[in-house]
Amino acid sequence: MPRITVTVDGIRYDEEVEPRLLLVHLLRDRLGRTGTPIGCDTGNCGACTVMLDGKSAKSCSVLAVQADGCDVVTIEGLATGDRWHPMQTAFHQEHALQCGYCTPGMIMAAIDLLAEDPDPSEEAIREGLEGNLCRCTGYCNIVRAVRRGAQAMNEASEVTTS
Amino acid sequence: MIPAAFDYVRPQSVEEACSALADAGDEAKVLAGGQSLLPLLRLRLAYPTALVDVGRLAELQGIRDESDHVFIGSMATHYDVVRSPLINAECPLVAMATATVADPAVRHRGTFGGSLAHADPAGDLPAVALALDCTFVVRSGSGEREIPAADFFVDYLEPALSPEEILLGVRVPKLGPGWGYHYEKFHRTAQSWAIVGVAAAVRRSNGSIEEARIGLTNMASIPVRARAAETALRGVAITPAVPGETNGGADPVRDACGDAAADTSPPADLHAQPDYRRHLARVLTHRAVLTAARA
Ligand SMILES: Cc1cc2nc3c(=O)[nH]c(=O)nc-3n(C[C@H](O)[C@H](O)[C@H](O)COP(=O)(O)OP(=O)(O)OC[C@H]3O[C@@H](n4cnc5c(N)ncnc54)[C@H](O)[C@@H]3O)c2cc1C
Ligand code: FES
Ligand code: FES
Repeated sequence: MPRITVTVDGIRYDEEVEPRLLLVHLLRDRLGRTGTPIGCDTGNCGACTVMLDGKSAKSCSVLAVQADGCDVVTIEGLATGDRWHPMQTAFHQEHALQCGYCTPGMIMAAIDLLAEDPDPSEEAIREGLEGNLCRCTGYCNIVRAVRRGAQAMNEASEVTTS
Repeated sequence: MIPAAFDYVRPQSVEEACSALADAGDEAKVLAGGQSLLPLLRLRLAYPTALVDVGRLAELQGIRDESDHVFIGSMATHYDVVRSPLINAECPLVAMATATVADPAVRHRGTFGGSLAHADPAGDLPAVALALDCTFVVRSGSGEREIPAADFFVDYLEPALSPEEILLGVRVPKLGPGWGYHYEKFHRTAQSWAIVGVAAAVRRSNGSIEEARIGLTNMASIPVRARAAETALRGVAITPAVPGETNGGADPVRDACGDAAADTSPPADLHAQPDYRRHLARVLTHRAVLTAARA
């Protein structure tokens, strides 16, 4: 079986994997990172979104062997100690979730969007999150949360850069 | 679902990849970004015995300026293509269509070459490659060959590649000054495939259309050119020249696009019946051509 090395949320793992093992199954079943859910079989729903070498990817549509040597960040790697990531806080404050199933993927996709566009318009947010489906909220609060998260992240970076 | 078991090979060069494919036999598959192939495996619609992962091969990366054309390496991702200044300057239709493919996460991993080699008539890029008369450069153990776009798409999900051949990249001709472009995609929900799409490149001169090239997405089991409309559009005045102007009701561009669905055989599925797709092809071709002509 192929051996791979991956870094997940800052921890390095050496794993022997079957070629057909999906990255999301590696994360959930082998590494215990069940914060990343699986919502579909087709790559449509985005629930499983993680950062793969700094860019969003649907971890159900990546083989674990393809992630060999890569850096993976999941929803569980966002908080610093007890302090949530500003985007997590914004989702909480804006009530951007009901059942919460889509939330990990939404937050990862939102953070990815802000890396490209730190101050996105409502339309840009809707486009940027088009790969993530939510069956509960109707999206309005999610869009609001991303705006708020963006502001919080911009303020935080002003504080650190000034 | 968990895919059926397969062997996995990650060659270090295209040469090694070619011999891995030759060794693995007919049931081996090339793995690029996996954005089409992995869902197929998860749905157990495909059972390859081995995957040859070419995703990291440096020889297949890169987007290069090669005098009269742009060479797009097959492993350039959709993300790379959309952001490439060279593509946006020299063959913007490729960037326009790629920006409509799937969603940001899929565009990070899905590749230009994978989209074309997948040969899905509902994919956005095959119609663009056809409209622009691109050339496909492929290699196997027995050497390299070139395939014109018009011969590359054989049937539904069937490119003109033998199981041992790898798509190296695609030459996109630079059409030069005077051309305008537009990709018009009709779909009902975010992130979904085109019910019908139209790729249009239009050369203008003195307020008229000199030449139009039109590729249709999802109007047959392969991408097709709207030849009848291309012929009818030759010499047609671009009116109204700006959106919203009325022209006493005359609309020569729309009239010329009336035959856009000629010689097509659109599929029937839960999104649309063939006659509705033909209607869409006419309406969307009109929109695409007019937008390209005014661009
Ligand atoms: C949710 C979702 C929505 C999508 N929406 C769209 C859309 O709207 N429009 C659209 O056009 N596409 C869409 N796609 C598909 C997407 O564009 C894929 O990226 C693309 O079809 C395949 O590229 P890939 O690199 O992932 O190829 P893979 O999935 O790795 O491969 C696809 C096929 O091509 C073959 N192949 C790949 N590379 C080569 C090569 N170099 N030589 C020979 N054979 C090769 C493989 O063997 C396989 O058969 C969508 C995908 C998803 C998951
Ligand atoms: S689980 Fe639905 S996109 Fe990955
Ligand atoms: S909160 Fe339930 S799916 Fe989004």
